Amino acid sequence: MPTAVALCGVAVLLGTAGLALVARGRAAAISKLVYAVCLAAAVVLLLAGCVHLIFIQGRAEPVVLPIGLPWIGAHFRLDALAAFFLIVVNLGAAGASLFAIGYGEHETAPERVLPFYPAFLAGMNLVVLADDAFSFLFAWELMSLTSWALVLAHHRDPDNRHAGYVYILMASFGTLALLLAFGLLAGGSGGYAFDQMREGARVLPALVLILALLGAGSKAGLVPLHVWLPLAHPAAPSHVSALMSGVMTKVAVYGFIRIVFDLNGAPAWWWSILIIALAGITCVMGVLSALMQHDLKRLLAYHTVENIGIIFIGLGLALAFSAHGLSAPAAMAFTAGLLHVFNHSLFKSLLFFGSGAILNATAERDMEHLGGLIHTMPLTAFAFLTGCAAISALPPLNGFVSEWLTFQAILLSPTLPSWGLKLIVPAVGAMLALSAALAAACFVKAFGVTFLGRARSVAAQSATETDRCSLTAMFAFAGLCLLAGILPGLFIDALAPVAQRLLGASMPTQSFIPWLSIVPIAESRSSYNGLLVFVFVGVSALAAVQVIHRYASRELRRGPAWDCGFPDPDPATQYTADSFAQPIRRVFGAVVFRARERVEMPPPGDAHAARLTVTLRDLIWDTLYAPLARAIALAAEKLNRLQFLTIRQYLSLVFAALVSLLLVLSIWS
Amino acid sequence: MVVILDLILGLVVQGLQMVLVLALAPLLLGFTRKVKARLLRRRGPPVLQPYRDLLKLIRKEAVLAQNASWLFRAAPYLIFATTWVAAALVPTFATGLSFNWAADLIALTALVGSARFLLALVGMDVGTSFGGIGSSREMLFASLAEPAMIMIVFTVALVAGSTQLSAIANFMLDNATLRVSLGLAATGLVIVAVAENARIPVDNPATHLELTMVHEAMVLEYSGRHLALIEFAAALKLLLYVSLIACMFVPWGIAPAGAGIGAMAWGLLTYVGKLFAGGFLLVLAETSVAKMRVFRVPAFLGIALMLGLLGTLLLFVSRSF
Repeated sequence: MPTAVALCGVAVLLGTAGLALVARGRAAAISKLVYAVCLAAAVVLLLAGCVHLIFIQGRAEPVVLPIGLPWIGAHFRLDALAAFFLIVVNLGAAGASLFAIGYGEHETAPERVLPFYPAFLAGMNLVVLADDAFSFLFAWELMSLTSWALVLAHHRDPDNRHAGYVYILMASFGTLALLLAFGLLAGGSGGYAFDQMREGARVLPALVLILALLGAGSKAGLVPLHVWLPLAHPAAPSHVSALMSGVMTKVAVYGFIRIVFDLNGAPAWWWSILIIALAGITCVMGVLSALMQHDLKRLLAYHTVENIGIIFIGLGLALAFSAHGLSAPAAMAFTAGLLHVFNHSLFKSLLFFGSGAILNATAERDMEHLGGLIHTMPLTAFAFLTGCAAISALPPLNGFVSEWLTFQAILLSPTLPSWGLKLIVPAVGAMLALSAALAAACFVKAFGVTFLGRARSVAAQSATETDRCSLTAMFAFAGLCLLAGILPGLFIDALAPVAQRLLGASMPTQSFIPWLSIVPIAESRSSYNGLLVFVFVGVSALAAVQVIHRYASRELRRGPAWDCGFPDPDPATQYTADSFAQPIRRVFGAVVFRARERVEMPPPGDAHAARLTVTLRDLIWDTLYAPLARAIALAAEKLNRLQFLTIRQYLSLVFAALVSLLLVLSIWS
Repeated sequence: MVVILDLILGLVVQGLQMVLVLALAPLLLGFTRKVKARLLRRRGPPVLQPYRDLLKLIRKEAVLAQNASWLFRAAPYLIFATTWVAAALVPTFATGLSFNWAADLIALTALVGSARFLLALVGMDVGTSFGGIGSSREMLFASLAEPAMIMIVFTVALVAGSTQLSAIANFMLDNATLRVSLGLAATGLVIVAVAENARIPVDNPATHLELTMVHEAMVLEYSGRHLALIEFAAALKLLLYVSLIACMFVPWGIAPAGAGIGAMAWGLLTYVGKLFAGGFLLVLAETSVAKMRVFRVPAFLGIALMLGLLGTLLLFVSRSF
């Protein structure tokens, strides 16, 4: 039943996309209407997902529609995994649509956004609902192409065009990898429904894993396949950025889980080494790159890369445990990964909403031109601060819970028998801890430079608070961040059927533990209670306020800033985003980015300003992508000659090809 | 009936602990200052001076910079509360506090991180270059100190089979043996504690030379009750780290769960003794080294990170290290 309802919701979204394409009239009214319909559809889909995950849990009957390839049809089905991701997708979609009811009014090119937005939502939903390879890939391409169109909504900016070009290349490459993976899964019998794949014989499962890593990993943003992500996510309108970063990367994670944990059969232990190592590198590279940015949206996009790393650490550990038959720790690591999927979709959407509100109010994405927004946009500042604290894994918010669970899973891994894992898991634990600490630095920088201090431009000074719809969306997500942080047991329990279905075990039920703590294994081993921490900190702070205001002084005087006696009224004397990150760049960047600083001092007596030049290199681009691009360009140049042959030469080429193919065929048999 | 009595006893012990850390934190600070002055052949302020300073500060009016935001006024209370809660969750004189399980060692580390996050933010609030320099450097140090701490926690947790501080203390009491991994972890934790509390050689708590300060630079714009709360939080943080080292590596004397009044009194006595011993050793180390340049600190903290990682790796290889 929820499957059918969900498909109706998708049909409504597709219909809205069609209507938005032909609608003529007042742009603002159409925009509001489209987003309101999207919001309603997302809420219906969200409810369908919740109903399935809470009440049905098992696998629903498939819905087969007579569309697509005639001999396959289109299969759609909800199971626990799909229901969970349906919730993630549509929670993000509902928030983004609500935000966009207000945000969309400022859109300069609504005709380039409105038709694609509902289609993008429909694409993501269909990926999750699909139950055969053809529908899956079709929906995946729908998702990729509509999001590509949204990235190019403001195509007059050359940066956006470049972003769109890189994105479409990487997206096509990813789909190709997935296509091959599904081809291998279908095997010789050619059963393209997921049910047939589960029962069919395995052909080269290791290759399927690598193809899934390439295909889903490139969409999710695993290093080194992440290059398109920090270009494309910021280029789209902010509510779409929120969806791309907060939700579309999770759909990619869904694709990976579906192929590797569900369709590809029992894992081999060494697969997990590959995943865990990549995930650890992804974490550190993502957060270090984020720290080097001064474009707020690009910083957030790079930070998505880090969080994808955290998610994949959980998934990799789950694979390692389950390959060794340790199903309880596997369920814990898997739950940690899924919980981070949910949490990240909340706070990353929230942060992109905040950056969108800033973009509307100031027309600036560059933090070096912002500052002091806490005075002009106090509510946005509060919501954004909540998001910053949550993403920096600070208790009692939600980001901490999933990282805490991941740490607990790492602490269980000495039981793994294989030496490769024994050596790599502690190193990845250190990388995870390092990236969590750097994330805090990154968001002190993001919030501090954008919202605190003094305004660095007229636009920042004259900013006004954003509209009600946007604020509602932001505060709803901030509230959810807190809720998932103080009552994590409820969310962990909701994930139990997913782990049960894929790994045959789940974490112990958490909802009935006294005081609503979470206890992953045993109370003598580890426990955490976000609610109590929240209440304790709140009560202690209130007690301090009461005692001081009642028994001591509550007088307050405003004066000029002290600044050691030499305050300078020029806002340029403040720390900037670049100067904040300079010590970290010097310590970490010298190796990771080959960061070099060059100071040009004018000779004595010369009144010119001194210049500081900083160069950063993207080693992944330089060593991997640039040579590849050069090789392709070279090959294209050589092959170009083939376009200018005589008809005689073409005919002989055809003949040679035919003969060689026949030769291959005769040798093959 | 017994359950309720146990609960009440637990609550009383927990309440005592909350008051105890609050009462002892300025004393520990005063003691370290006094010892330091004596080691430098000065007479130094009385041991009780920090209490007087705090009282003086909370009675004064607070002067705020003109463009200070609501965050600037709210943060001292939150920083104080977070640090207080963290300090009160470390077993000091008795294990088995009734809310000990609310936050394990990883959560405690993260709670301290929350306080630091807020402090670094308010350093940037007024928009002065001193605040910025302090925040930026604090986050640099934290970016190495926090992973080092997590790796130390991993080492200890793998030895004791738990991340709960009470369980760790009980384990160390029952199975006291010398282990390579614990030695590495203890050394690392001392380095982290020195850095986290802004002591020499990482930072100088007594400096008024602007370019060398980190912690003091962040709180330069604070005055009156706000400054009092931040100073109090700093004193609590020092107490927290000394208690943490005492609880994990020298737990002797600590009263087990459900112990009688006598055991608790003995636990309290030994705890105070450990505090003073820890403070004395800290100052002794501090007076015998010079402060480092800022960019030497990452190497120093890197040692702690590597020690923690090495300890964890050894334990992954074999549980007997």
